[in-house]
Formats: sequence, structure tokens, C-alpha cells
Amino acid sequence: MATQAQTPRLETLAIEANGLVKRFDDTLAVDGVDLSVPEGAIYGILGPNGAGKTTTLRMLLGIIDPDEGVRRIFGHDRPHDLARLIGYLPEERGLYPAMKCDEAIAFMGALRGLPLDEGRQRGRELMEAHGLGHAVDRQIRQLSKGMAQTVQLLGTLVHRPRLVVLDEPFSGLDAINQGKLETMIRELAADGVTVIFSTHVIHHAERLCDDVAIIAGGKVPYAGSVDAARDRIPAQVRLETRRAEGAWRTALPDDARHDPKKDGSHFWYFPLPAGGIEALLKRLIEGEAGVLSLSIERAGLHDAFVEIAGAAAAKAMKDEVPA
Amino acid sequence: MTASRLSLWQAAWVIARRDMRAILFSKAFLLFLLGPIFFGGISLGAGMLGAKAAGSAEPARLAVILSPQETADLRRAYAELAPLVDLPIVEAVRANDSEPRALLKDRDRNFGAVLTGSLAAPRLTGTPDQIERWRGRVALLAARAKGDSATYPSVALDPTSSSVASARTAQTGTATAGITLLFLLTMLLAGMVLSNLVEEKANKIIEILAAAIPMDAVFVGKLFAMLGVSFVGLAVWGAIAGVAILLGGAAIPALVAPAVGWPLFVALFVVYFALAYLLIGSIFLTVGSMAATVRDVQTLSMPATIAQLAVFFLATFAMTDIGSPMELFASIFPLSSPYAMVGRAAQSAALWPHLLALMWQIMWVAIFVRVGARLFRRKVMKSGPAGRKPKKKRAPAV
Repeated sequence: MATQAQTPRLETLAIEANGLVKRFDDTLAVDGVDLSVPEGAIYGILGPNGAGKTTTLRMLLGIIDPDEGVRRIFGHDRPHDLARLIGYLPEERGLYPAMKCDEAIAFMGALRGLPLDEGRQRGRELMEAHGLGHAVDRQIRQLSKGMAQTVQLLGTLVHRPRLVVLDEPFSGLDAINQGKLETMIRELAADGVTVIFSTHVIHHAERLCDDVAIIAGGKVPYAGSVDAARDRIPAQVRLETRRAEGAWRTALPDDARHDPKKDGSHFWYFPLPAGGIEALLKRLIEGEAGVLSLSIERAGLHDAFVEIAGAAAAKAMKDEVPA
Repeated sequence: MTASRLSLWQAAWVIARRDMRAILFSKAFLLFLLGPIFFGGISLGAGMLGAKAAGSAEPARLAVILSPQETADLRRAYAELAPLVDLPIVEAVRANDSEPRALLKDRDRNFGAVLTGSLAAPRLTGTPDQIERWRGRVALLAARAKGDSATYPSVALDPTSSSVASARTAQTGTATAGITLLFLLTMLLAGMVLSNLVEEKANKIIEILAAAIPMDAVFVGKLFAMLGVSFVGLAVWGAIAGVAILLGGAAIPALVAPAVGWPLFVALFVVYFALAYLLIGSIFLTVGSMAATVRDVQTLSMPATIAQLAVFFLATFAMTDIGSPMELFASIFPLSSPYAMVGRAAQSAALWPHLLALMWQIMWVAIFVRVGARLFRRKVMKSGPAGRKPKKKRAPAV
């Protein structure tokens, strides 16, 4: 069950899911997922491959029905009824190879109720705006993979949805296109669009998201803000001293890691003490530790992920090479 | 933009419009059009060769049973007109030689028809086709023989009893031709709709469709798109067949008019074709939804193909005995009903069974599409085995 590690929000929810369960034959793919995605947020679903991210998104969108639990999109429990408000980019990208780009975008808009002519016009404008104006009349099969993915993303946005769901949107993109996509997601959020995306690359979520859900083994052990996730792990102190011994040592925790250097200096690593950094610093100075440097390093989302989802899930995430 | 979504039919139209455009402007459609034309062309060529061979064989003769004087006059008229007009060879037969019907059955004497009565009131006995074909020529000969070319006598026609049987047999032939054509067309289209869906799955479009519109709409759209494509094909093939009949009608084997008449038969054929295709197309689409690869398609569609063949044989067998329990069963069983009813239309003039059958078949099309779409939703969007085995729940401690 999810851990809501933050104060209750007053915003309306774009997505609300309670106890979603999905089985495929004898396989439990999703096991009681709870999610609350505020309107206008950028929300990430983090987890290694096979964790249940895609199945969760498919249930949220009504592509498949949950065996148990309920999901609501903008308060409605039938996602298909709100198809015109939703844009969806599936993990497995797909376009008709023989279609021209503007037609492909217009077709995806038409599926969401946008008239074909208007979709074609908007498609051309979007392609121009994203530097693909030269490829408007090309067939999809004539595009590079990155261009085709961009066209599909534009098709996802052409009907101007209020909720955009992106399943592994960064996979298959080079670093430049990943950067462009991050910018696009921020622009959408700035326009009030709710963006929810799944990823197995933590740094995308860390850079973009207000909130995340960590999913592992079909369960959500954490759902809440990125800051709250990072705050679950105390900040780490990195101390450099001239001396190794002295009365000041009682100021350090017993489990502080000691790393002596060849030049005679000593490094110490330990969680920030409950008394705070000022009290620590005072005792170090009074004890003549010979402080050379001191820094406080806040835990990253990856550390939080390890803490929350476990080392195995973190390793599975780490094994996926980020671009 | 207002909230909500496209209705089922609006969404189906989006799918159908895309599919139709994609198929009609593809090379595959050209091959789809050309396939039957090649087949028809070869058949036509064979027919023309056959006709030529038949033409070079000994032609049918006209047996003449008239008075000696009138027989002599007729021979004279024949000698005068034969260089100018294509006339059947006349052969005088003695009046007491035989009855006309017996003459027609005589395999040693190649008579196409028998002329009796008199030159003023000739009577022609033979098969309906033959006596209809020779009626005018006999009137011309009789008028010339009488020496009165200005007045053509009315030729009485006497179809032989065996001709009635021939007509019945020929209607069975029309029924068989209709059923066979229906079978070939539905199989061709069902195969196309299946490969279309598999291609869509391979292109990974299906999830985009499933997220935006109901699966029923995808099914209906795809089914009706292919139906629309098939109507375009039928129109093209019909036009080509019309031209072929105009240009080489004599070489094309004639089908006897069906019991309900040609216009209604053609209309019923088109409607039954549409329903037969929608029924089998629904099955093939459902099969396609469960298949991930071409090999899967071949494996899964085999039972459906065999069932389709069985239905074809059932309908072909049943139509030989209209009204029999077998024929009634074939008319009621949803998959064979369109075929059996085409056979019935060729041989029985009653129209009310068709009204019933159409309503029955439309109901089954709705059921097939509904069930197919439900199966599709269950089967096609299944994620990989990513999760865990469910834990067995323990009984709560007391």
C-alpha cells in the first residue's frame, strides 16, 4: 500500500487510483496500487522493467480493466468517456509506415475527436514548431527513429489534452531529443496540463517531477513528492580533518566511516546528527579537530529509491543505462 | 473541446476511413483486383477455346417432319438462304419415323429441335434455349418456302419435358455458381482483414486505438472498411464482367435465370455476401486478436478455415433439395445461412424466407462482433509475465 509522505493536497486530482489489482493467468502483475496525481503536476512512475508500470498506466486509461480496485480520471471512473481530454504515448511506439506525417498526427487527433482538416493543420504547425517542418509530407517509414517518435508524441498532443500519459517516453531517444522532450514536458505543465510518465531512469524523474510513485513487484511502496522521498534519508556529512584522534571524536557518530588519506588528512562520512550542523561544528572547533572542509550532501532520489524499493529493484534500475 | 469521446459509429468511421484509404491506395489492392481478373480471364480464354472447339464440331440439325411438298419447298428455301443467313442444317424425317421427343433423345442423330405442323403454322419442339434461338430462323425459312417473304408465320414452341428438367438442373448450376462465388469472395476478404489486423499489431498501433476508442469500434471499423473495399472490388469486377459479356457473350457459358429473377438475385447476393463476410470476418478478426505472429495466425485460423469449408460443402449439398431438413439446418446455422439462402434464391421464388434470414443473420453479426471485441480486449492487451505469483491467502488466526 502506498505511503503518502506529505501533507494532504488541496488541489483537484487528475488521476486517483485505489487498490488496483491485475492478474494475467497466474501472474500477479499489479498488486494493490494507489495513486493520487494532482492536476497540473508532472508525475513520474518509477520502477525497473517488469515492475507493473505499463499495466498500471493501461488500467488508468481503460485499455484494460483492473480485476480489483477503482480508478478515476478527473473524477470519472470510465476513462474512455474522457478520451478527448487525454493524450497517450504507449511504450511500444507505433505508426502506420505508409502515412504522411501530418496525416498520422491528424489521424491520432481524429481518434480523440479532432476533425481531420484541423488535425492536419495543427500537425503541420506542431512539426514546424519542433523543427520538423521539412518532413511534413514524408511518409513515416522515411523518418529516423527519433523523428518518428517525435511525430507520435505530437500526435499525442495534437488535440490539446488536459492529461498526457507517457509510457517510457525517453527510451530510444538520444541525449539531445531527451532534452527536448524534458523541455516539452515542462512547457505542458506550465500550460496547466497534467503529465504522468513512467520511466526506469531515475534522473529524468528527479529533474522533472513534482511527485513520484515508486513501483516494484507490482506494489507501490512510496507515492508522494520527490522532496519527501529524498528526506526519508538523512543528509550525509562529509568532513575532512587534519587529526585522527582527540576529544572532538565524541561529536561524531560511532558508525562514522573513516577514510585516511596518504597526505595525512582524514575523511569522515556520517549522517547529519540530530543536533544540527552548527552544534557539530562548534564541538569540532573546540576539540581542535583541524577542520579542513565540511559539506552536507542531501540524499538523491536514487538513494531514496534504494531505501524504499530495496537494493534489488535499485540494481535493476541501475542496470538500465541512462542516455 | 468538449469532454467525452467519439460515439461507437464515429470512432468506427475514423478507423474505416483510414483503413479504406490505406487499402484502396495500396499495391496489395491492385493485386486483390487483378487476382480474380486473371482467374476470370483464364476461365474466359478456356471458355472461348471450348466454344471454338464446340463450333468446329458437327452442328445441331433441325429435323423436319412436314408433308413431302412442304419439305421440298423448305429445302429450296434453305438452299437460297443458307449462303446469306446462318441457318441450322435441315434434315427431312419421315412422318412415321418417330415422335419428335424420341428424335431429340436419339444420340445417333444430332437434332437440336424438330419442326412439325405446316409452313403456315410451324411448331418447334426442343429445349427452351434451342427453340427460342431457332424460332426466328424457322419463321424466315417457312416464309421463304411459302414464297411469301413479307409475312412470317408465328412459330409455336413446344419445350420438351426433358427441357423442364434441364432448366431445373441449370438453376441448380446457378445456385452452385452463386455459392462458390460467395465462398471465394468471403475467404479472400476474411484473409485480408486478418492480415490487416496482424500488420496493425506488428506496427504497434493497436494500443493507441485501444486507448482512444472502444474496441467494438475498432472491430466494426475494420470489418466495414474491408466490406467497403470489397464493394469497390465487386463494382470493378462487375464492370469488367459486363464488358466481357458484351464483347464475348457467346463464349461465356450462360447461367439459367434464378427463380427470383436476376435483379433480385444480384441484390440478395450482395447482401448475403456482406453478411457472410461480416460473420466470418468477425471470427478471423477475433483469431487475429489472439495471434502475435504470422505463424500464430496460420495455426489459429486453420480451424476457422476448415469450418468455412465445411459450411460451404454443407450449403452446396443442402441446396440440391430445397425444403429438406438439411437445407433448413443450413439456412438456420448462422455461418452457412448466407450460402444456403443464395442457393434458395436461385431455385425458389418465395421471398419471405429471405427477410427472416436477413434479420437472423444481422442478429448473429451483432453477436459475433460483440463477443469478438470482448475477446480482443482480454487477449490482445495482455502485458508480459512481469509480476509475481499471487500469494496464497492464509486463513486468519483465531
